[in-house]
Amino acid sequence: MPEQLLFAMEVTLNGLMAGVLYALVALGFVLIFKASGIFNFAQGMLVVFAAMTLVGVQQGQVPFAHLINTIFGTKVHDFGWTVPTFLAIIVAGAAMVFVAWIIEKYILHHLVGQPDIILFMATIGMWYFMHGFAPLMWGSEVMKLDVGLAQGLNDPVLNATEALFGYGFFLDNLDIVAAVIAAILVASLVLFSQYTKQGRAMRAVADDHQAALSVGISLRFIWVLVWSLAGVVALVAGIMWGSKSGVQISLAEVALKALPVLMLGGCTSIPGAIIGGLIIGVGEQLFEFAIGPLVGGATQAWFAYVLALIFLIFRPQGLFGEKIIERV
Amino acid sequence: MLDAGKTEETLLEVNNIEVIYNHVILVLKGVSLSVPKGGITALLGGNGAGKTTTLKAISNLLHSERGEVTKGSIEYRGENVASQSPSALVERGVIQVMEGRHCFEHLTVEENLLTGAYTRKDGRAEIAKDLEMVYHYFPRLKERRKSQAGYTSGGEQQMVAMGRALMSNPETVLLDEPSMGLAPQLVEQIFEIVKSVNENEGTTFLLAEQNTNVALRFAHYGYILESGRVVMDGPAQELRENPDVKEFYLGMSEEGRKSFRDVRSYRRRKRWLS
Repeated sequence: MPEQLLFAMEVTLNGLMAGVLYALVALGFVLIFKASGIFNFAQGMLVVFAAMTLVGVQQGQVPFAHLINTIFGTKVHDFGWTVPTFLAIIVAGAAMVFVAWIIEKYILHHLVGQPDIILFMATIGMWYFMHGFAPLMWGSEVMKLDVGLAQGLNDPVLNATEALFGYGFFLDNLDIVAAVIAAILVASLVLFSQYTKQGRAMRAVADDHQAALSVGISLRFIWVLVWSLAGVVALVAGIMWGSKSGVQISLAEVALKALPVLMLGGCTSIPGAIIGGLIIGVGEQLFEFAIGPLVGGATQAWFAYVLALIFLIFRPQGLFGEKIIERV
Repeated sequence: MLDAGKTEETLLEVNNIEVIYNHVILVLKGVSLSVPKGGITALLGGNGAGKTTTLKAISNLLHSERGEVTKGSIEYRGENVASQSPSALVERGVIQVMEGRHCFEHLTVEENLLTGAYTRKDGRAEIAKDLEMVYHYFPRLKERRKSQAGYTSGGEQQMVAMGRALMSNPETVLLDEPSMGLAPQLVEQIFEIVKSVNENEGTTFLLAEQNTNVALRFAHYGYILESGRVVMDGPAQELRENPDVKEFYLGMSEEGRKSFRDVRSYRRRKRWLS
């Protein structure tokens, strides 16, 4: 097989893996948008907050250490213990559920029945609030996140492809793990929303708030539920991104990459978020590989957005977005 | 006052309630009514008379529309229910079928029906039994059980909304404008079903309806609302024969009196004098 084609295949595979990470962030948006019609701008911040909480708990950091030290003149920094990874993930997950509950109780609950734009503005407010709050709680240094996921090149893939094509594919172990975990996560979310009572209630709320209330579904409970799910998804995304590039506030900007994914896949479709992420991931890499050299490179900065723009013109609901049912 | 329906036990008692939207718009100006167990009670009146608001005040769906009950009380089985959440009320057996068919468009017909059983805790077997019961009353829904509700016809959607409410195993159904936008034949069919559910399952109905003619044929007792007040009430039979009702709601007139205002001042005078 020609060298070029093999190289393109490798690029594609790497693109798929990167796409999975985009998809994980987009998934959080979709969950919330589906159930409440809220475009949660703060999803990226949830990712950072989840990752920071995980690292903080794992390393036994004292939350708000800086604040405590300033007020009381103490010099606390950490508890001097480390928490096992598994336990730390559970604590961080619980923290995300708590955040969901707080958001519902103190923000969303008071905005019921307000226009969508007001709710959207509220999530922008949340973004900035957490932008300040997360470093206040866990400090502003770049934190290293290590939950024991495999790192480095995947040798079996390298060897197998070497033997098969005489050309070894470089694939990152972490990316492969991320892909597997994302697949499991999506499958369980789809099963949950299709086949359980709460999942059905979630979809009912997404369709018609008033009617859902009238059959006795508690909107408050469902909202806490979806924000919790989005928080857990954010935690998973945070672990993946954090393991890759360290945890710091600027990690929140991965959310911006999730926007074109949403437009491509459709704001209301869980599988759409995944396919959209993969298309963007692969498209980005292949485009850079094929066209990049002709236009001076760095196409990754804009390719996804241009693709999303073109999609908006021809298929505004995205690839898998819910068709707008209109009866005439 | 004459007793309506089959029993004399009163399930729902609304006492002189006032409802204000957005803190300024007074919609109900003291509505009182009582719903006897096992009967079909009709709430009649034109557009904007306050029928829907009355039902929503009872089922407590006003809050999400920025409305609130500012005066009066609502009692169900003698207990004040004004501050209970809609889901608590559904659990107590009071469920509303909203006007305009509010189905869950992207859920299938059967999934729609199952959401009605959301608050139930009596197990899958009982729920499956009630699903069969609903399909018995609405055979059309059984044929369409796998279709997305958004793609079914208007009449089918009304059936979905009603069937969904029945799935909660209710004692009282608040039915808002079941005839809205449906062909006369279908309206008749829907009311026949209401009647047979009422007779066979003993479900109590409070229904708001503009179509006075049909409603008074199927109901036992009726209240007539006009701009947020009850202006007349009585057994359906009596209302049907009342000359005012005949003239203004049933469109049967012998005299030349056509103006609405005339009758209102006439009634007001009557009320002042009595």
